[in-house]
Amino acid sequence: MSQDYNSTELLATVAAGLLEDNKSVFVGTGLPMIAAMLAQRTHAPNLLIVFEAGGIGPQVPVLPISVGDSRTFYRAVAASSMHDVMSASQAGYLDYGFLGAAQIDRYGNLNTTVIGEWANPTVRLPGSGGANDVGSSCWRTIIVMRQDRRRFVERLDFLTTPGYLDGPGARERAGLPAGSGPYRVITQLGVYGFDEQTRRMMVLATHPGVTVDELQANSGFELIVPAQVGTTEPPPPEVRRTLREIDPTGMVIGK
Amino acid sequence: MDVLQAGQGTLIGWHDPDEQRAWVAANKSRALKDKRTTLREAIAETVSDGALLACGGFGHIRVSMAAVYEIVRQRKRNLTFCGKTAVHDSDILIAAGCVNRIEVAYAFGHELRGLSPASRRAVEHGRCQVVAEISNAGYQWRFLAAAMGLPFIPTRVMLGTDTLAHSSARVVEDPFSGKPVALLPACYPDVVLMHVHRCDRHGNAQIDGIAIEDFELARAARRLIVTTEEIVDEEVIRSQPWRTLVPYYLVDAVVEVRYGAHPTLMPGQYYFDEEHIHKWLELSTTEEGVAEYFERYVYGVESHAEYLELIGGEAQMEYLRQVELLETPLRTPGVEEERR
Repeated sequence: MSQDYNSTELLATVAAGLLEDNKSVFVGTGLPMIAAMLAQRTHAPNLLIVFEAGGIGPQVPVLPISVGDSRTFYRAVAASSMHDVMSASQAGYLDYGFLGAAQIDRYGNLNTTVIGEWANPTVRLPGSGGANDVGSSCWRTIIVMRQDRRRFVERLDFLTTPGYLDGPGARERAGLPAGSGPYRVITQLGVYGFDEQTRRMMVLATHPGVTVDELQANSGFELIVPAQVGTTEPPPPEVRRTLREIDPTGMVIGK
Repeated sequence: MDVLQAGQGTLIGWHDPDEQRAWVAANKSRALKDKRTTLREAIAETVSDGALLACGGFGHIRVSMAAVYEIVRQRKRNLTFCGKTAVHDSDILIAAGCVNRIEVAYAFGHELRGLSPASRRAVEHGRCQVVAEISNAGYQWRFLAAAMGLPFIPTRVMLGTDTLAHSSARVVEDPFSGKPVALLPACYPDVVLMHVHRCDRHGNAQIDGIAIEDFELARAARRLIVTTEEIVDEEVIRSQPWRTLVPYYLVDAVVEVRYGAHPTLMPGQYYFDEEHIHKWLELSTTEEGVAEYFERYVYGVESHAEYLELIGGEAQMEYLRQVELLETPLRTPGVEEERR
């Protein structure tokens, strides 16, 4: 089966579709920026985009390379500070947050710090950055990452950013803001949510041409599979054109 | 108040608030005096081997790279670095052997451009030690606590994670809500390097665009070196005082360095120099390449002005100005696809 879109275009389209108009989103580098820009240019023109370095409510003209790039406060409502943005998140103003990760577990906890032992790492990764802050305090966290058995793991090498920790009620017991946490996980294979009772990862949809068996085969932990599993919609041509306008050099989307 | 959990990370940059007040009283002049100097003198006099160093800006945004290169040129050693979204600055300083300890919110990566070969190698081979983990919000709130003259600040981030377990934070029960809160200790860097758009000779400094965490960082710094695109008359500051982010009494040295943030971005003035950053990322995949880079761009030149000639001089800076102002599209040499 041939397809005329690439997997990054599909991920961006699915991620954008989760964002609602007149809500706020805390955006990191790369695919989250593309998704937020796509949502703003399609169904969510009044989406409030917020960047951790202080850009608040921009109309981003072209894909920024960094979350502190001048494009992150282009035609913004405010060019503010990290303290302002992080405080807004902690105070409950930020609805959605986007994160990536090197590893995720069944409760949506994330690792971006090390592969191997912390004191003697096999691979040293950048660390939390703003990820822990987004995962701690945005109402709903959306995780976008590649999926395979090395990334969907039974046990993280390091718990950088909180998901549901070790299950129901754990976030609140740790002191994290009540009612916040992971909302969706989007990979190149499918879309996941979290079961209300157990807080474990649950299949919501597969991408076109992918089976539920493939999802499980690419996970190091057991996925909850409900009776009804949906299929995502491929990106329509007009959405693909908009993605090319957002990222004309193909830096994230690819050529 | 019972400590519910104590992070095992090394506490760096903390001072008892009364000790800090006494240090400020003895060392930070309130005199309105001319603080203009050269970069060579400012770094030689202010940055001691073993100091705790932090840079203003963020990632590749508005970093005083001229001051960073001067530290490399003067071969400072055993510095500890605040990895508060430290990207090019920390990569260069670790690769050059100046920094051998770092507290990490974000380091060893160049955002979309991929991981930092040189500083990752240093950490994975034990030449640079990560002394503690923290988050971006956590780090800037450590500076906020310092700016406020407090021993710590309570927050609701990092709770329940290994990031907290490897940080210098402590968790206690909040006496008001009864819920656990994370207490982040104040952090006073010994030296902060900060690049601004304009500053007068006394050190009153203004920036355009996002402040990032420089409001807090300037106030947390024990010593603050300001590099500026231009030194302006005091009257320019006094005519629009609401634009001043850093008042003079926080500042120890003022150095005029045109294009002092290159290859990082200066809001409204020049964009990232992707070609130069890419050259560094390519060269730094080997130790020989690292040596070649420093020989050519740092040890082999006397000043930032000479360095600028090597990267293409005014013609390159004019191109970067046009990209920053969206007048011309960006050339993207070898920028890799995002690694997720």
